[in-house]
Amino acid sequence: MIKNLLSAGDLDRADAIRILDTAEELLGVASRPIKKLPTLRGRTVVNLFFEDSTRTRISFEAAAKRLSADVINFSAKGSSVSKGESLKDTALTLQAMGADAVIIRHHSSGAPHRLAQAKWTKGAVINAGDGTHEHPTQALLDAFTMRRHLTGSVGGDLQGKNVTIVGDVLHSRVARSNALLLDTLGANVTLVAPPTLLPVGVDHWPVKTSYDLDSSLEKADAVMMLRVQAERMNASYFPSAREYSRRYGLDTTRLNRLPDHAIVMHPGPMNRGMEITADVADHVRSVIVEQVTNGVAVRMAVLYLLLGGAADESTTEDSSTKDRE
Amino acid sequence: MTSTVIRGARLLGAEPTDIAFEDGVITAVGDGATGHDAIDGTGLVALPGLVDLHTHVREPGREDAETVLTGSMAAARGGFTCVHAMANTEPVADTAGVVEQVWRLGREGGYCDVQPVGAVTVGLQGAQLAELGAMADSAAGVRVFSDDGKCVSDAVLMRRALEYVKAFDGVIAQHAQEPRLTEGAQMNEGPLSGELGLVGWPAVAEEAIIARDVLLAEHVGSRLHVCHLSTRGSVEIIRWAKSRGIDVTAEVTPHHLLLSDDLVRSYDPIYKVNPPLRSNDDVEAVREGLADGTIDIVATDHAPHPMEDKECEWSAAAFGMLGLETALSVVQQTMVDTGRLTWAQVADKMSTKPASIGRVENQGRPLAVGEPANIVLVDPSAKRTIDPRDTASLSRNNPYSGLTLPGEVVATFLRGRPTVRDRALVEGSNA
Ligand SMILES: [Zn+2]
Repeated sequence: MIKNLLSAGDLDRADAIRILDTAEELLGVASRPIKKLPTLRGRTVVNLFFEDSTRTRISFEAAAKRLSADVINFSAKGSSVSKGESLKDTALTLQAMGADAVIIRHHSSGAPHRLAQAKWTKGAVINAGDGTHEHPTQALLDAFTMRRHLTGSVGGDLQGKNVTIVGDVLHSRVARSNALLLDTLGANVTLVAPPTLLPVGVDHWPVKTSYDLDSSLEKADAVMMLRVQAERMNASYFPSAREYSRRYGLDTTRLNRLPDHAIVMHPGPMNRGMEITADVADHVRSVIVEQVTNGVAVRMAVLYLLLGGAADESTTEDSSTKDRE
Repeated sequence: MTSTVIRGARLLGAEPTDIAFEDGVITAVGDGATGHDAIDGTGLVALPGLVDLHTHVREPGREDAETVLTGSMAAARGGFTCVHAMANTEPVADTAGVVEQVWRLGREGGYCDVQPVGAVTVGLQGAQLAELGAMADSAAGVRVFSDDGKCVSDAVLMRRALEYVKAFDGVIAQHAQEPRLTEGAQMNEGPLSGELGLVGWPAVAEEAIIARDVLLAEHVGSRLHVCHLSTRGSVEIIRWAKSRGIDVTAEVTPHHLLLSDDLVRSYDPIYKVNPPLRSNDDVEAVREGLADGTIDIVATDHAPHPMEDKECEWSAAAFGMLGLETALSVVQQTMVDTGRLTWAQVADKMSTKPASIGRVENQGRPLAVGEPANIVLVDPSAKRTIDPRDTASLSRNNPYSGLTLPGEVVATFLRGRPTVRDRALVEGSNA
């Protein structure tokens, strides 16, 4: 297993499937009355968030706590200590505190790489979203959700499944991580966006691209709608929110063009009325709420595998009783 | 001052010969020249002292990163006898007072001539012309004007500046960067910027300004210099402009000759520079352009930054790299050792031409009797593994760290006085 999780591209097929399978086992924990395993007892996990994201932070926090890790939440948001000594100094502080894993969310693309490669911390570094670069655990939970609905097979991948990802690919770390991971798992990815919101060089990605949503729906097994910020229209990425919704939003008309088994996904937070209508978001084929649940299990699996929780297995049985607090 | 003779050095890379100088002037060239102080030049190449048209010395304002003195020392170690100090200091070098201060600090240091560059616009704000004439008439005798760091993007202002400096044979050195196309830009725009999620700096933002400026220069009959050209398209536009007889010159930096954007994959801000490192195809194009004369000179864009401005995440880091102490080695590796330039051509592109563009009369002169004894001795057979701590600069942002580069400066003479001798800086050069 890899030491850090910086990019979804770091995972080979075996690693990715191992995470998904482990998450499948851990998902059961969430449905127990006592939602806790002793696996990471005595280990320290730091949530280092330079950018506000309550949902991601809570998801990681719940994952770490369900594995009995000590969790330190460090929110450096708003510290416009622009020169970024804050990243280095904060990391050194966390190192001194004995962090076994640092889960970092940062507005600057590559910040987790810096943290890992500049050796400012010895702990495992987990990328919880960096700038407009990547969000690998989101891609893992998306793949996990797809596998449950589309194949149902533990141990398997997503070979041959068609996934359509729609929206602001240019600024989306979710799209980047999904494109990499879904390719590793054998799925066929189509990115749909107005040309202004596809990055230069997207033709080098392992995906197909389209400017037309309607033609990309009929064969889709999953449709993932990306959040689109209305402010993008001020930078002329598209003329207006209305035009964007008309051309790239998912409404019931478009939903009805999907195959019957297809699922609708969204990494959240949603802009209802912009990229997705409220009735589609709440539709029976939407798995958006389930994605959140699965997020905790997938993050538990990542922490478990990266921190080598397996090494402590011998203590699992006797300590499990004490853990019921 | 006693007379000195260098024995058996290869002048501009030709057959070994002797060169003697006294009182700062070359007195004899050829076998059998004599002098009290004899230097063994066996195996060394003698070039005229190098002239840099693009140096950031950071003084006044950021003396924590570099001073005129430390920048001059780094220059001497790199074989330079003259540097042009860019105007983006704090305060900006946009008045006669500031340029004279920088010029005087250079003279007091004594390691190389420091020729200030004047700002084109007040405070580099791109709104109003600075007092270009006053800077030209000052003791510093400014001839090169640049808002470097920023582009003179307003077409009318650029036109006026190009016209105005004709009165004193000045030149506008343009940092070609269309500002709207590069808002928030972090690296070369291409497949890698998309993959890394860093805002792209497209080649067209450089090329569009260069195309506009050569047409403006043609229209008003002015002299234009293009700073740190970095893309294949820019080379092609300059080639076209020269074929039309437009009076344009262009520079390329050592780092754009050697390094390419795949280094950004590490997210290590040591590779963050403006204009950004480009594709391998662009690197090849600037090498071709330098070899065929489309690009006139190599200029370092030596840009010191304190450690904390580089030891951080990519987007928070400062743009810029050191260059003075490694420039000649990079040129040797990319251009000489590959057979694309002779040493005589290196002398032209790193001494004669830059002095001529900057209208610096006593620099970039031939190694001939009666000329100033500005001489650099290079050992082309030396190999150095670059250690950022081995520097005269106050900064350490050296992108070649760990690379082994060919060539080493053995001695530098500024008007006959050694600033570097036996491969080491001569302390207290300010005699
Ligand atoms: Zn510049």
